[in-house]
Amino acid sequence: MPDTHYCPNTPEEIREMLSVIGVDNVEDLFAPIPAELRAKTFNLPPGMSEFETKDRMRFIAGENRQEMLHFIGGGFYDHIIPSVVDHLSGRAEFYTAYTPYQPECSQGTLQALFEYQTAICRLTGLDVSNASLYDGATACAEAAMMALRVTGRNRIILDGCVSPFSRQVLKTYLFNLEVDVIEVAPLDGQLNQQELAGLLNDSVAAVLVQNPNFFGSVGDFTALADQVHAVEALLIASVYPISLGMLKSPGEMGVDIAVGDGQSLGNPLSFGGPSFGFIAAKKAFIRNMPGRIIGETIDRNGKRGFVLTLQAREQHIKRHKATSNICSNQGLCALRGLIFLTSVGRQGLADLAQLNRDKAEYAKSQIRLLPGVTVLATPTFNEFTVFLPRPARGVVSELLEQGIAAGVPLGEYYEASDNVLVVTVTEKRSRKEIDTFVKALEVALCS
Amino acid sequence: MQLIYEKSVTGRRGVKLPKSDVRAAAPLPDSLLRKETACLPEVSEMDLVRHFTNLSRRNFSVDTNFYPLGSCTMKYNAKVLEDVAVLFAPFHPMTALLPGGDEFCQGTLGMLFDLGQLLADITGMDEVTTQPLAGAHGEMTGIMLIAAYHKAKGDKKRYVVVPDSSHGTNPASAAMAGYEIITVPTASYGDMDMELFKQAMNQDVAAVMMTCPNTLGLFNPHVREICDIAHSHGALVYYDGANLNAIMGKVKPGELGFDVVHVNLHKTFGTPHGGGGPGAGPVGVKKELIPFLPQPRIVMDEEGLFRLEKYSGHSIGRTANFFGNFGVMVKAYAYIIMLGREGLIQVSEQAVLNANYIKERLKPYYELPYDMTCMHECVFSASKQLEHGVHAIDIAKFLIDRGYHPPTVYFPLIVKDAIMIEPTETESKATLDAFIEVMIEVARIAENNPQAMFDAPLTTPVSRLDETKAAREQNVCCQW
Amino acid sequence: MSEIYFSKDHEWIKVDGAVGRVGITEHAAHALGDVTFVELPKTGKQYRQFDVLAAIESVKAASDIYAPVSGKIVSVNSAVEDSPELVNESPEDKAWMAEIAIDDAGELKKLMTGEQYSDYLKTL
Repeated sequence: MPDTHYCPNTPEEIREMLSVIGVDNVEDLFAPIPAELRAKTFNLPPGMSEFETKDRMRFIAGENRQEMLHFIGGGFYDHIIPSVVDHLSGRAEFYTAYTPYQPECSQGTLQALFEYQTAICRLTGLDVSNASLYDGATACAEAAMMALRVTGRNRIILDGCVSPFSRQVLKTYLFNLEVDVIEVAPLDGQLNQQELAGLLNDSVAAVLVQNPNFFGSVGDFTALADQVHAVEALLIASVYPISLGMLKSPGEMGVDIAVGDGQSLGNPLSFGGPSFGFIAAKKAFIRNMPGRIIGETIDRNGKRGFVLTLQAREQHIKRHKATSNICSNQGLCALRGLIFLTSVGRQGLADLAQLNRDKAEYAKSQIRLLPGVTVLATPTFNEFTVFLPRPARGVVSELLEQGIAAGVPLGEYYEASDNVLVVTVTEKRSRKEIDTFVKALEVALCS
Repeated sequence: MQLIYEKSVTGRRGVKLPKSDVRAAAPLPDSLLRKETACLPEVSEMDLVRHFTNLSRRNFSVDTNFYPLGSCTMKYNAKVLEDVAVLFAPFHPMTALLPGGDEFCQGTLGMLFDLGQLLADITGMDEVTTQPLAGAHGEMTGIMLIAAYHKAKGDKKRYVVVPDSSHGTNPASAAMAGYEIITVPTASYGDMDMELFKQAMNQDVAAVMMTCPNTLGLFNPHVREICDIAHSHGALVYYDGANLNAIMGKVKPGELGFDVVHVNLHKTFGTPHGGGGPGAGPVGVKKELIPFLPQPRIVMDEEGLFRLEKYSGHSIGRTANFFGNFGVMVKAYAYIIMLGREGLIQVSEQAVLNANYIKERLKPYYELPYDMTCMHECVFSASKQLEHGVHAIDIAKFLIDRGYHPPTVYFPLIVKDAIMIEPTETESKATLDAFIEVMIEVARIAENNPQAMFDAPLTTPVSRLDETKAAREQNVCCQW
Repeated sequence: MSEIYFSKDHEWIKVDGAVGRVGITEHAAHALGDVTFVELPKTGKQYRQFDVLAAIESVKAASDIYAPVSGKIVSVNSAVEDSPELVNESPEDKAWMAEIAIDDAGELKKLMTGEQYSDYLKTL
């Protein structure tokens, strides 16, 4: 007797259906497949019960170190997630639905994504947003491709202070295209303004910067935006959403396209995914936006409703001329982001940002006191760069044994940076935890 | 229903944040700060919960309605999969990337390695990368792997060949990867026209992309021949795994000659669709393409420990931040080990049985452009109903009033007013019979009283939204 | 007296001396459905016969518009950019798209007359 909990048809029902179809057994339905094309082997292990599966997964999770104190970022951040996020995004009507192709029976998803787009526009200070991309790194790549389309040019300039992961993904996306990518090496943990200015001319489609950057440095790119616009290129900024509770928004700086990773907004670390990428831009660029966009409209009775719009940009209509190949995006993760932002709310996000900065500044002040240690003196949010008297790799490795992820050792990603460490402190780190971390650092540096 | 912004009242908060236990930092200079807080919602937790709970109730979903959306494989999402995913929520991806960090991530790295092996066996490939974040992302990654392969051999190729029945993501992905598209028409027998395909092939073709069974739900018996012809021209063959639900345990794309495949975990492997993601699109390759796989690559060392391989010069680089949509992969992994060999075979058999049953019962009432055994989905045309002025979209709207999420309509583009029905294996005969009865009734109404169809849907909060107005006005952000 | 010619991609060109006024036919406008966007060429730009001249989008479709003859664009009808619905209301009159200075009148031989276009439509 076959299992019927997921495949419900009983042998009796199967017989009835086969007779309606006019064949003797299910195998006959595979007759159109020539015998020589049939699988030679199929070596999967036998299945198990739900109970045994849970046990197995618990065992696998248990093979990871369970307690880890995170002072590390690298693009993913350990932030609080209010309980409402799990409960509401866990409603089956949200998570077992799909792309809202039939708007009348998907107003839940459509309105939620419209509210999400609105939240992103308000956070970034820009005019239009889409309904999410895959993650922050691919969002950088999509923004670059958008700029290539808008300007008709074929050169991208990357600030080397942008996350090495984002830069790598962008270069991967562009590797088989006739596009030039020029990187500007960082200068003391910030954009090398002079070198960049020298590269700006009418062959440039866009410049990509990050705020705060990979070293934690916070900047003001208003003057850069003017310079970039003077050569009719676009300025793209990759931004950290929690920081936008405090920092000058891309819109206020004159940035043309803002992108970033939404993991910090209500999505768990979950070993790197899923999260979502966001993209927002000035209104003039809306036709060149990749991905799904939700628009407001009215129905036949004049009632307000929401629909997928400007679909003529997308792959199912424009095929090879589409603004992107993206089909499924990260709908549920974007919904979590919206619920998170609604939960913390307008003032709450500002308070959260303040908490992050206060904790990081406290950690900074303690770390600065350690012998042989200096801290990069740039303005920062919740990440900052530390210069150690010995290679960061060794220090990180020792602290890892104690269950502390001390930060990102930069030697992997930048030249002449073996002694450099980028430390992250979020609102989740208590004063006690910070003190424990600093003490552990001190011990590691003395040995 | 109001927008959350319209329910906001200044000063309201949705959650209590912790108080600071450190001194307040000196503020940053004004030039670095935003002038005003972002105008985000201000509601209490009660309001927030009511808002989103009520929003959710405006959705049809697999858990509430039969959802035969062709090509999307809307199968039941087992709740145990949700339970196991949360076990992995606290793990930071950067831990694995720290010196000695992989030792503390043996569980997660091992699971990804194991998942890769399972998917490789299911698809008949040599190695799988789990990094791509969606099916289309997998397609793009796969075409890039093919591009890297040709580049390494010093071959400059220009084209990717796709059938005209292909999903739009195929040509779009190939274009994003830098190729021009050659489209081959579908013949009357429902497969890519072999003669026209042979004519289209030349030494400048980098790859041929195929979906098998194709988007009409039909298995092309010449698929191995197509792979051989492609190879003889120096091109590689890409398998779009969107329809894998039909052939698990029956056919392995790798054995047919495909060089690269992607699978959709949110389709075939039972992870939820999320209202439009997150999905995951792992990519499998034959060994010639292994050197080009994206980083980081997970390998097992001689001691049986899982390690991240050092960056190799031939890799195409990275297609995502870290290891892919890990939270989605946990669910797919649990699904595969829970169902096991016999369970996955049963999935494909029942999916194909259910689709053929619907096809047989509905073919007296709807035109069936390709009247032959289908696989996991069947495609009808609303041509008979068009004679009475009823379009596929009207049928779709009418079904909504009867509590069904409509099948896919207007895809594939090669069938006039297409209606693509994919029931999946998780639906019972009783559900199918009820749906069939309604579809028969719809055919009758279309013939005798078509006007009744144009008013549908009547039972939903909104009806027949003005998409032209939306596209012309481009109102994508609440102005309130 | 101006002459009108039609292309197999459903463009029309109304020739007045050395200049041709270009648009899309009623058939094409009907097939597209509600037009939501038109991207017109730039004045002064040179096109060859059957090059992509302009782009048009509706809610469910996107199409390229091809130059019926070679020549330089002398003017465009911005009314169509501002109000794309004009294309549905009056595709062969008010919703003209561009005026092109005809390089070679001989190229018109590759197009169809009104009668030939009507017959052509019957074959589709």
